[in-house]
Amino acid sequence: MTEFLQFLLKGISVGSLYALLALGYTMVYGILQFINFAHSDVFMLGAFFSWRLATWFKLIDPSPLVATSLLLAAMALCALTGFLIELLAYRPLRRAPRLNVLITAIGVSLFLENSGQLVFGKDPRSYPQLLAEHTFSVGGVNVRSVEVIAVVTALALMVALHTLVYRTKIGRAMRAVSIDHKVAGLMGIPVSRVISFTFVVGSALAAAAGVLVGITYGQIKQPADSSWVLYGLKAFVAAVIGGIGSVPGAMLGGLLIGLCEQFVGGYISTQLRDAIIFALLIVVLLVKPSGLLGRRAIEKI
Amino acid sequence: MSLLEVDALDVHYGAIHALHKVSLAVEEGEIVTLIGSNGAGKSTTLRALSGMVQSSGGTIVYGGRSIVGLRSDEIVRLGLAHAPEGRGIFGSLTVRENLELGAFSRRDGKVRSDLERMFERFPILQERAQQSAGTLSGGEQQMLAVARALMARPKLLLLDEPSLGLAPKIVQKIFAIVAEINRDGVTILLVEQNAHLALSVAHRAYVLETGEVKMAGSASELAASDEVRKAYLGVG
Ligand SMILES: Nc1ncnc2c1ncn2[C@@H]1O[C@H](COP(=O)(O)OP(=O)(O)OP(=O)(O)O)[C@@H](O)[C@H]1O
Ligand SMILES: [Mg+2]
Repeated sequence: MTEFLQFLLKGISVGSLYALLALGYTMVYGILQFINFAHSDVFMLGAFFSWRLATWFKLIDPSPLVATSLLLAAMALCALTGFLIELLAYRPLRRAPRLNVLITAIGVSLFLENSGQLVFGKDPRSYPQLLAEHTFSVGGVNVRSVEVIAVVTALALMVALHTLVYRTKIGRAMRAVSIDHKVAGLMGIPVSRVISFTFVVGSALAAAAGVLVGITYGQIKQPADSSWVLYGLKAFVAAVIGGIGSVPGAMLGGLLIGLCEQFVGGYISTQLRDAIIFALLIVVLLVKPSGLLGRRAIEKI
Repeated sequence: MSLLEVDALDVHYGAIHALHKVSLAVEEGEIVTLIGSNGAGKSTTLRALSGMVQSSGGTIVYGGRSIVGLRSDEIVRLGLAHAPEGRGIFGSLTVRENLELGAFSRRDGKVRSDLERMFERFPILQERAQQSAGTLSGGEQQMLAVARALMARPKLLLLDEPSLGLAPKIVQKIFAIVAEINRDGVTILLVEQNAHLALSVAHRAYVLETGEVKMAGSASELAASDEVRKAYLGVG
């Protein structure tokens, strides 16, 4: 029972990070029908931007205010990065075959990894402790306060995004563009600006996930470490399982993957963990090709 | 000066030459209809006017200025709305959201009251306001498409086959609404395959054939001409 609770809590903690990342994949896919391979690099940059700022300004004492400011700063910087990626790399290819865009995305990803190494070095970095660490016990399981804060932050951001997409005028425009660019234009929606905005929002969420990784684990892997890509890959799987293009689907998929990973790793085998996650993907796609909450059939990628 | 003046308009889809030097004009306050058989280029003409496709030659002057090369969203802002072929309803959005999107470009504070007015004119849309638009029947979707275009408060409304696939009774209703909208001061360019109906509401008409204007004249003139009667009204 204690074990179960432990896996459950850990699963929610990791799952909420996948969910944050999955949102970026799903929004971009929904609107442009391609996988933004550079998304996991924006996530990595979120962690490094905040680390760089913290070390520059010697922000080593735990403080909620500092942590929040760093989170917002990283989100803003990554939003700008996402804006530039779309403007410089993807927008010129708006009418090009999707394969070209996909290859460009891989190129952007490599570019960001290598520039990341150039700017931030090739070593893992210890992440400053931005929040005071308390541990308390829930049903015999030790819970760290920073993990709780990370989950709450992730959930708050998801609620904010959900509100943005489903309750605001720009959100309505985003959904319209993801259904039909041309008809959205007829409504007076500036389609290109809405696409930019989607990258900005998705990238800001990825940055938040990066900061939360640093805060939770106290260490960040070097910019080109494969773990960033693996995170991104699983988040993408989460988006597909939830139904690519669906915002609630990405959140659900993220949590599912996080939980599945912990339970499989805990009860079955850590080695098989990732294999089983991808097997889960295949099963979901066989049973419900559009994903759990997806409406449209998935196009060939 | 006419509200809309199109001169020698050419449109290509890749290698397909869909419009050949199409010229037409629409005066303020008119209902003008564009008739012609499948593939004649009727929808293409409307698409070129609203910026959905780019023209490869010719001029489009609307309200005294050239709108060639403008994006769709810029054109709507000038008061030219387009209810496209196939209706273009956002099926996963609610009926109300679809209507609100129709007013996306407007900055005046009268969107709410216009929405109420639209609900009065189309009571069925009010009943279905919170429903996904994709669940509406064909006729209801067509009304939504017209109502949504009207939410932009257009001066000129482009309507592409509002009667397509609808029962005769619903078609009558939609045409009555078209006439009513026109009486309220909206100029209308109407594309129809149902030439009979189109000529009955329109002031003037153009006949398109394989991308070219073949005939033009007042609706009554064309309705009386042998050629139109044979080819489009199924008479003789
Ligand atoms: N997206 C497109 N790509 C290539 N060719 C197209 C495209 N849309 C239309 N065409 C071609 O352009 C020509 C004119 O088509 P258009 O849709 O304007 O005809 P239409 O008069 O509206 O016909 P209908 O009454 O069937 O709607 C046709 O030959 C059609 O095949
Ligand atoms: Mg047509």
